[in-house]
Amino acid sequence: MAEEKKPAPPAAGGRANTKKELPEHFKAYKHVWVAVEIEHGQVHPVSYELLGEGRKLADKRGVELAAVVMGDDRASLEDAAVACFEYGADCVYLAQDPALAHYRNETATRVLTDIVNTYKPEILLLGATNLGRDLAGSVATTLLTGLTADCTELAIDEEGSLAATRPTFGGSLLCTIFTLNFRPQMATVRPRVLAMPEREAGRTGRIVEFAPGLVEDDIVTKVLDFIADRDSDKAQLPYADIVVAGGLGLGSAENFQLIRELAGVLGAEYGGSRPLVQKGWITSDRQIGQTGKTIRPKLYIAAGISGAIQHRVGVEGADVIVAINTDPNAPIFEFAHLGIVADAVTLLPALSQAFARRLRVNRLAS
Amino acid sequence: MHIVVCIKQVPDSAQIRVHPVTNTIMRQGVPTIINPYDLFALEEALRLKERFGATVTVLTMGPPTAADSLRKALTFGADRAVLLTDRYFAGSDTLATSFALSMALRKIAADFGAPEIIFTGKQTIDGDTAQVGPGIAKRLDYNQLTYVSRIVETDLDAGTIRVERRAEGGIQVLQTRLPVLVTMLEATNEMRRGSIENALIAARAPVVTWNATDVGIEDLTKCGLRGSPTIVKKVFAPTARTEKAVIVDADGSADAKAQALVEAIFARAPTVEHELNEQAAHHYV
Amino acid sequence: MIEEKFDAIVVGAGPSGNAAAYTMAREGLNVLQIERGEYSGSKNVQGAILYADALEKIIPDFREDAPLERHVIEQRMWMMDDKSHTGAHYRSEDFNEEKPNRYTILRAQFDKWFSSKVREAGALVLFETTVTELVKDLSGQVIGVRTDRQGSPIMANVVILAEGVNGLVGQRSGLRDEVSPDSVALAVKEMHFLPRETIEARFNLTGNEGVVIEAMGTITRGMTGTGFLYTNEESISVGIGCIVSDFAESDVTPNELLEAFKNHPSIKPLLAGSECKEYAAHLIPEGGYRAIPRLTGPGWIVVGDAGQFVNAVHREGSNLAMTTGRVAAETVVALTRKREPMTAAALKDYEKRLEQTFVMKDLKKYQGIPALLHARKGAFFGAYPRLVSQAMQTWFRVDGTDKKSKEQAIYRNFRETRTLWGMLGDAFNLVRAWR
Ligand SMILES: Cc1cc2nc3c(=O)[nH]c(=O)nc-3n(C[C@H](O)[C@H](O)[C@H](O)COP(=O)(O)OP(=O)(O)OC[C@H]3O[C@@H](n4cnc5c(N)ncnc54)[C@H](O)[C@@H]3O)c2cc1C
Ligand SMILES: Cc1cc2nc3c(=O)[nH]c(=O)nc-3n(C[C@H](O)[C@H](O)[C@H](O)COP(=O)(O)OP(=O)(O)OC[C@H]3O[C@@H](n4cnc5c(N)ncnc54)[C@H](O)[C@@H]3O)c2cc1C
Ligand SMILES: Nc1ncnc2c1ncn2[C@@H]1O[C@H](COP(=O)(O)O)[C@@H](O)[C@H]1O
Repeated sequence: MAEEKKPAPPAAGGRANTKKELPEHFKAYKHVWVAVEIEHGQVHPVSYELLGEGRKLADKRGVELAAVVMGDDRASLEDAAVACFEYGADCVYLAQDPALAHYRNETATRVLTDIVNTYKPEILLLGATNLGRDLAGSVATTLLTGLTADCTELAIDEEGSLAATRPTFGGSLLCTIFTLNFRPQMATVRPRVLAMPEREAGRTGRIVEFAPGLVEDDIVTKVLDFIADRDSDKAQLPYADIVVAGGLGLGSAENFQLIRELAGVLGAEYGGSRPLVQKGWITSDRQIGQTGKTIRPKLYIAAGISGAIQHRVGVEGADVIVAINTDPNAPIFEFAHLGIVADAVTLLPALSQAFARRLRVNRLAS
Repeated sequence: MHIVVCIKQVPDSAQIRVHPVTNTIMRQGVPTIINPYDLFALEEALRLKERFGATVTVLTMGPPTAADSLRKALTFGADRAVLLTDRYFAGSDTLATSFALSMALRKIAADFGAPEIIFTGKQTIDGDTAQVGPGIAKRLDYNQLTYVSRIVETDLDAGTIRVERRAEGGIQVLQTRLPVLVTMLEATNEMRRGSIENALIAARAPVVTWNATDVGIEDLTKCGLRGSPTIVKKVFAPTARTEKAVIVDADGSADAKAQALVEAIFARAPTVEHELNEQAAHHYV
Repeated sequence: MIEEKFDAIVVGAGPSGNAAAYTMAREGLNVLQIERGEYSGSKNVQGAILYADALEKIIPDFREDAPLERHVIEQRMWMMDDKSHTGAHYRSEDFNEEKPNRYTILRAQFDKWFSSKVREAGALVLFETTVTELVKDLSGQVIGVRTDRQGSPIMANVVILAEGVNGLVGQRSGLRDEVSPDSVALAVKEMHFLPRETIEARFNLTGNEGVVIEAMGTITRGMTGTGFLYTNEESISVGIGCIVSDFAESDVTPNELLEAFKNHPSIKPLLAGSECKEYAAHLIPEGGYRAIPRLTGPGWIVVGDAGQFVNAVHREGSNLAMTTGRVAAETVVALTRKREPMTAAALKDYEKRLEQTFVMKDLKKYQGIPALLHARKGAFFGAYPRLVSQAMQTWFRVDGTDKKSKEQAIYRNFRETRTLWGMLGDAFNLVRAWR
């Protein structure tokens, strides 16, 4: 049979690790943590999304929710701590050090592993951003524990273990992964996969200071420069409220201009399916889907996109999905909220005009 | 200079099928390819080879058939291929994989010289974790540069490397000391096509094949399923949403259709319209 | 510059090229095989029938590790009109033998396996490399090949062209003519995945038993061709093919034919619930004996589909390919051992050897059939299948008509559609072509 078989384990001991037999020294590990991502004084929104989810996990476990904030600037760390409390944290571990000015794997790994080893969380969550994945991989290896990447769903099972669900094989399947016998249980989650929690103004908690004691001269990696994307024409897809995207159905690179025009009218971000990146019609930072960006806009308009599973997983969180496709049987109609069977190349210009007209009328009326 | 590139043979996931009844993966007839992200790493290594006259070793852990991918890498111009294969490695998660690969890398260092740079791809298309690279770096105590979009400068005399790294919201320019592990971002270069001479050399080149014992792994509980802290308990297909799209049915011209669609969209998402009006108001004052 | 000179270069890694390269390498020759695909079989997805005998003569114990799907225990021959089929089935427990005679295979896997044997035997195999032309010396002797990769040509004493039906290298080098559109069929096929339990229940199979259905009739809309369906382990191969020149005259596309075939009421339930994952189109040489091009010349030999070695009537191809590949290799081995130059005269020995095999004997026997079927395609792929269906229906439907009237009605029906002479003529010609 050509089916996927879990190969039989090699020697005695069997599949011992599929049962929960938590070693004694791990029993002290308690509480749910989120490693907060701060760059250039700004907290990445994914950290708040994780706090929202972490809150639920902590409540289910009857434990505390803590946030780890690391950086060099006192004021921004304190601001971040306040925000973390308001988004649900009970406690903030605050590590301030001049050497933490910019994210570097070396320093961040050292500090985060030290805090974990000192205060022992049972669950540690990070954003599946470039920073989060870079850090999570090193921390998990240093701690010799399990790490589940790019989760789409987190839950606590009956035994109190973290059940982390993630897509596999390009999104055609999902799997649920456990780290039963090691601590902490680590997972990363992509931006915009979890909902942004309500912010509860005035909510506070306790701050635990942690002195990293880093010495800049001992650190071999140096940050020489940072070229911000806002200085270049880089897409800001994950947090856009409206996204307009095109697929192969547009027929040609020239027709992609129609997507840009509609995006212009709506003040939206624009993107596309993977083949467009492969064909060079758009840059890779504008790819939406499994191996591109996950988006969660209020409105998503997809023109000439078939809606393959790998695309679907990246857009399902949108509040309203609108599909324009000539094929009434295209899979995108299975998960879109609104659809129209029409030729995108002729409909898009008309749609840009119709939107523009409507908004103009609204403005005159107000 | 010695460079090692870690490549993985993966099923072409575009062609993966899910068994309609048992929800298991059907690999029958699914072709395998070199993980596409690893080709960017390999090409970068080959460019350094040209510049510095380096030796490039490709390393993979996988079943014996993974030798095909190694041979292909040789065709592109790599000099040596190492296959790490053993049934004890079956079922490895990223922690166990990085352990096994790091042991193989130690032996590569001992037998063929310590690599100044180890390359991996950004991530694989089957595992999709982007964890193996950082895992190897940690175990070998190499400096780690992930999501590298460009190698700006390599100074062998000074023992330094400077790169551009894709960070959140921008590009970080980083400098560190060799030896280093680099995970290469996609679309950073274009894979070359080897010459007929390369192809002939590759077809002849032996694939160095090692098992767990060969690379000095004594504690087999660190390998494969037993060495993997993560446990896959359940595999299932995503649930289909039952409700289908409401089809906007409008006859006639594109304008009529567009008009109907705009109305349907705003009826469904009134807040979007409201916010657009607000924005517009800002724009035009 | 590549100094080395190979004993032989094989162009292509299909069944014929693999058979040739394997046979020569095992005998110790320095062999280079060049394939343009990513691996052997990469251009040849999907299912096929493997005839054990031809492979056994090359790798006797192939059953130990070759990727075989199911062994065929049942053959169904269907004559179809638009709504019905009239069938002859042959199923025998004898086919559940220790060394089964026919298997279903997936070419992608099978070719890959065969290719690994070629490499184990010691041949050098280059993939993703296309031979662009033959290199000749001043006398016209072929002395090597040029490829699409950068670099110098590669030299060899002899080049075996196992490049498949198009024979482009041979053509470009002036060794043969372009393949004529009325001697090749275009076949399209798909793989449909189903759980093995479903396949076994649907086709009345246990274990690795398999079924083959071959179909002809109105499914090809009057064009010369056939449809087929094979059971693999967890999939069904289904396809249909017709002569290219017929397609050219018709306004039906191969794809439409396949869709209609799959939706035929006799086929549809067999595929129900399956997931189609692969689609491929490929040419099959069906011109038979009369279409065989020149097979040898100074420094070159043609084997397999490139030599039109397909028995269209029995749907045999890969066995002829392997056999011609092996025989060509044996010829080259013998000449190499004797240190004889690969002149046109010396290589003629390949053709003499082929005369002694089933390959030439069968193709000669059927040499009239392709032309006959083609000339009388309206009758064979339209009128006759319809008549048979009507006769069956008249015969089996119980409606108060007496049997004698039914027999007369059937007879009348046949006579009205085809004159008695025409039918007798067709039958006579078919028998004669068969003999
Ligand atoms: C490992 C892996 C990861 C992947 N990751 C991603 C990813 O992150 N994002 C992603 O998008 N894909 C991804 N894919 C690819 C994905 O499987 C699909 O191939 C891809 O999404 C298809 O893009 P498409 O819809 O633009 O093109 P197609 O599938 O070709 O669809 C084009 C659609 O346009 C319609 N159409 C044609 N003409 C018109 C017209 N004039 N007007 C309107 N409609 C028209 C057609 O009916 C069709 O539905 C991944 C694949 C793999 C294997
Ligand atoms: C739909 C269909 C169904 C069939 N079913 C059966 C069946 O059930 N049983 C059976 O016995 N036969 C069957 N056949 C016939 C059988 O597939 C062929 O007879 C057989 O594959 C011929 O083998 P070959 O090696 O001569 O050619 P091919 O298999 O065509 O191999 C030729 C190889 O040469 C390579 N090549 C071509 N040009 C170059 C070049 N310039 N440089 C480098 N490489 C090159 C190609 O990539 C290819 O791999 C079927 C054919 C078709 C199309
Ligand atoms: N089995 C393996 N053999 C060699 N390299 C690997 C293997 N698995 C992962 N890698 C390397 O690690 C990178 C990240 O893989 P992953 O963590 O699985 O996404 C890949 O791009 C490869 O370069």
